[in-house]
Amino acid sequence: MHDLRLAWRIARREMRTGLKGFRVFLTCLALGVAAIAAVGSLSEAVTAGLMADARFLLGGDVSVRSQQRPIEGEPLNYLIQNADKISTVLEMKAMAQTKTTRALVELKGVDQIYPLVGKVEMEPAGNLQDRLAQKDGVWGAIVESGLLPKLDLDLGDQVRVGQATFEIRAVLTKEPDRVASIVNFGPRFMVSTKALPETKLVQLGSQIRYYKRLQLAPNEDPLVFIETLKKEFPQTGWRLNGPDNAAPGLQRFVRRLSLFLTFAGLTALLVGGIGVLGAVRSYLETKTSTIATLKCVGAPGGLVFMAYLLQILVLSVLGICIGLLFGAALPYIGIELVRDHLPVAPLVGLYPLALLKAAIFGLLVSATFALWPLAQARETPAANLFRTNVMPVTIWPRLIYTIFVFLGVLALGALVVFWAEEKNFAYGFVIFSILTVILLRLGALAIMSLAKHAPRPKNAIIRLVLANLHRPGTATPGVVLALGVGLSVLVAVALIQGNIVRQVQETIPDKAPAFFFIDIQSNQAEAFDKALTSIEGTGELMRRPSLRGRIVKINGVDVDKAFVKPGVRWAINGDRALSYAAKPSEGTEFTAGKWWAEDYAGPPLISFDARVADGFGVGVGDTLTLNVMGRDIKATIASLRKIDWRTLKFDFAIIFAPGTLESAPHTHIAAIKANVEAEPEIERTVASLWPNISAIRVKDALEAASRIIAGIGAAVTGTASVTVLAGIIVLAGTIAAARAQRVYDSVVFKVLGATRRQIMGAFLLEFGLLGLFTGLVGGLIGTLISWAVIKHIMAMTWVFLPLEVFITIAAAILFTTLAGFFGTWRALGEKAATHLRNE
Amino acid sequence: MTNEKNSPAIQLNDIHLTLTSEAGEVNILRGLDLTIDRGETVGLVGPSGSGKTSLLMIVAGLERPTSGRATIAGQDITDLNEDKLALFRREHTGIVFQNFHLVPTMTALENVALPLEFAGIERAFDLARDQLAAVGLDHRTQHYPGQLSGGEQQRVALARAFVAEPTLLLADEPTGNLDGATGDHVMELLFDLHARLNTTLLLITHAPALAERCDRTLCMTDGHLISDSKRDA
Repeated sequence: MHDLRLAWRIARREMRTGLKGFRVFLTCLALGVAAIAAVGSLSEAVTAGLMADARFLLGGDVSVRSQQRPIEGEPLNYLIQNADKISTVLEMKAMAQTKTTRALVELKGVDQIYPLVGKVEMEPAGNLQDRLAQKDGVWGAIVESGLLPKLDLDLGDQVRVGQATFEIRAVLTKEPDRVASIVNFGPRFMVSTKALPETKLVQLGSQIRYYKRLQLAPNEDPLVFIETLKKEFPQTGWRLNGPDNAAPGLQRFVRRLSLFLTFAGLTALLVGGIGVLGAVRSYLETKTSTIATLKCVGAPGGLVFMAYLLQILVLSVLGICIGLLFGAALPYIGIELVRDHLPVAPLVGLYPLALLKAAIFGLLVSATFALWPLAQARETPAANLFRTNVMPVTIWPRLIYTIFVFLGVLALGALVVFWAEEKNFAYGFVIFSILTVILLRLGALAIMSLAKHAPRPKNAIIRLVLANLHRPGTATPGVVLALGVGLSVLVAVALIQGNIVRQVQETIPDKAPAFFFIDIQSNQAEAFDKALTSIEGTGELMRRPSLRGRIVKINGVDVDKAFVKPGVRWAINGDRALSYAAKPSEGTEFTAGKWWAEDYAGPPLISFDARVADGFGVGVGDTLTLNVMGRDIKATIASLRKIDWRTLKFDFAIIFAPGTLESAPHTHIAAIKANVEAEPEIERTVASLWPNISAIRVKDALEAASRIIAGIGAAVTGTASVTVLAGIIVLAGTIAAARAQRVYDSVVFKVLGATRRQIMGAFLLEFGLLGLFTGLVGGLIGTLISWAVIKHIMAMTWVFLPLEVFITIAAAILFTTLAGFFGTWRALGEKAATHLRNE
Repeated sequence: MTNEKNSPAIQLNDIHLTLTSEAGEVNILRGLDLTIDRGETVGLVGPSGSGKTSLLMIVAGLERPTSGRATIAGQDITDLNEDKLALFRREHTGIVFQNFHLVPTMTALENVALPLEFAGIERAFDLARDQLAAVGLDHRTQHYPGQLSGGEQQRVALARAFVAEPTLLLADEPTGNLDGATGDHVMELLFDLHARLNTTLLLITHAPALAERCDRTLCMTDGHLISDSKRDA
């Protein structure tokens, strides 16, 4: 305790010089902490916004959804008896068409008490039920504004959906229960549920989502109600949403995006850590004499270590506080810039947990990175006061401190994983981070070795430049690491994004079908095939029966009790598309078992996705129980297939053998390839012959996907730019730390007759070369990361995109040269005489 | 420990010191034997590079000999670890440097109080104030080293070296950075303090006149002691 008090006293005295020398330290730490705090706060604000809007998004206290068949019978009776109010809503894809044009729409049928919560707003304003009512034999519809130009319509015009005709009576401006979807296939087309029978679209087995929105008694807890429903009707196969998961898809998207942004923020903080290390080292170098003096007058090494550790901790807390202040304030400003692009109105505020996480990361990074130079300083020999020239330059810290540094890194990695909701991504991030640091270190060593072993140029200035790149105490490793991390991330993000967009926009369309068709009734199937294949320019029509079912048991064990690997949990979350077939598709790759005979007529057999089977821990001969249309079917796995979900080829995780599903109400889905000229004819044919069949243009879907990828890419790039900024600050700090050396060099050169221009040329050449090499190393590592992610994680074809890498290298040269110029300009202005006298 | 009071202040037996530099190994001390009694004042002279400072560092426990034994104030310090050496210095030695080596962020008073603070002495600041008064700097207690002249800084360093009343004072050219008159004043103080506290004094100097004021003068060349002369009583 005495030592701690004494250490604190010494620390306080040492801090009298103020923050001089700690600007880079504070900026680096504050920047990284601010990035993490801002991302965390923003994510919490969006999540809180979702929670606050939960009742609106649910359209009530609880939302009950079933697919392909309405909720009826006993479950419906239970809902009627136990809810105050029930509103019915149906949603499906459908084709809206005029005499000349057609478009895919998101059809929504609403009953007379819709909406239970909030209000539908439209232009011109009016009463919803009035607008949707049948007038003069024609039903009304209100539509999203995007549909009008698409179909060349005005208010009052008529449009056909299925077999029914609707009059467009208003433009929908606000739909209270609309969850901003990540991918939208068409504009909203809202009609009355009473009008739906006329469309003839509502058929058993069609891809329809049936909703019951419930308003409960004021004192009833929706979550308790949901639990009761789950217990009372475990096999119903409905999806129940309460206030805690009003928009699960959106919540998942927000969570995942904020995870990636947090990674980008963490990377910035790690680069900041390098700045911390450099700043602490530079500071302690100026304290060598003080430390040696303290030791000479009897201070043990531990006391010296503690005194400087306390200083660093105090400064860390200051840097973290500054970071938290900015991090907490940024969402207030940032949200205004992106408010229109956000899916919900975020509840901006102070989120202590987000700030606490950022603070803990900040403290851990600061302590871990500062520990090494602090431990080195502890070993500063007191004899340094007398002699430095024959002492070894590198001091290795004691083993215990090395262990602490290792534990700090371990704790950082563990916290990243612990706080990430998706552990696999977090593990990936940690491994990539460690590999990147190792590669950058190797890259720096390679640069230094190259400079050391390069032929000695005749020009003295160039000799000096090369020597500066590898001499003891050179800035090369620090700059390569600090700037290289940011550049690697930027190149990786740019190449990953570029490759995905290229795949989506260029490669997939070549292989992908032109259209997907849904809701083909069984009795329409043959005529559909015939009509489409007879259109010139079409080919490779593929049609499969499709219905939905839910896996309820694995080998007889309820899915919620069975062990399922996290990577394949999607397969048990809700309904899955099922099919049946007598023959396997062409090119099917079996990993186990074999396909059934074409005329198979026995107990239910299935062919199962090999990867999901592995996640379930099942194989050939095991059983899955599926709930299809309310009926449990226990099927034996006959074969396992390798499925690549990334291609746009039709496939099903579960395909039944003939004889089980044929009798269940179901529809067919189909895909067809076509050249551009054939596309309008296909749309026309399908729309005129089968208005119930919806055609989805693959191009539209891919464009939507490209937009999303671009948006995510921009967000990640934006946050990753903070990493580069941190790298530049570290670079500036490194240059500032070596200022005395620069001044000395320039004074000596001046004495020997060099002009300012020559000296500046030498400095700029040095920083330009450093930038070039750092850019090359960063570009190479970023390229490797993108290759690994695209090729091995996303299993897509990787293509090198030179422009992205070239821009990065050019930026690196620019940054380092500019930083070098501004950092050394003043050194050139120093008068030689002053320094020579001091010498 | 029982013989501590009767033992010599410094006893060096066959001390060798070899340091490694990038250029290779350098033999600095080559089998040095030396005994200095308590209360003696010893001047150490010799050309640059003869090993004077290294000898002083071994006596101060700042350098470990490559071979041989160093017993200081009755305590064999050869194999002590770094923290024990710090304790040893705190209890037994005061050091004065040519470059003063005051801590720039601490006032004169805080600099002088440091050894006492490290020893956990409650009255550290009172004693430090007394010691500053003893070197004539009681009006400069709150000044930082940067605000003091060279002579004043060295007087603060003297006060710091003597404040814990060490048995051994080591001085490495304490007047090397001072002008003649200031240097003389500092040396007067040094010898006064020695006389008052009966401290053993080992003084490295290039000034023959200064060496002659000591009881003994040792001369070193190339890592060897080549002469040991006592002043006539």
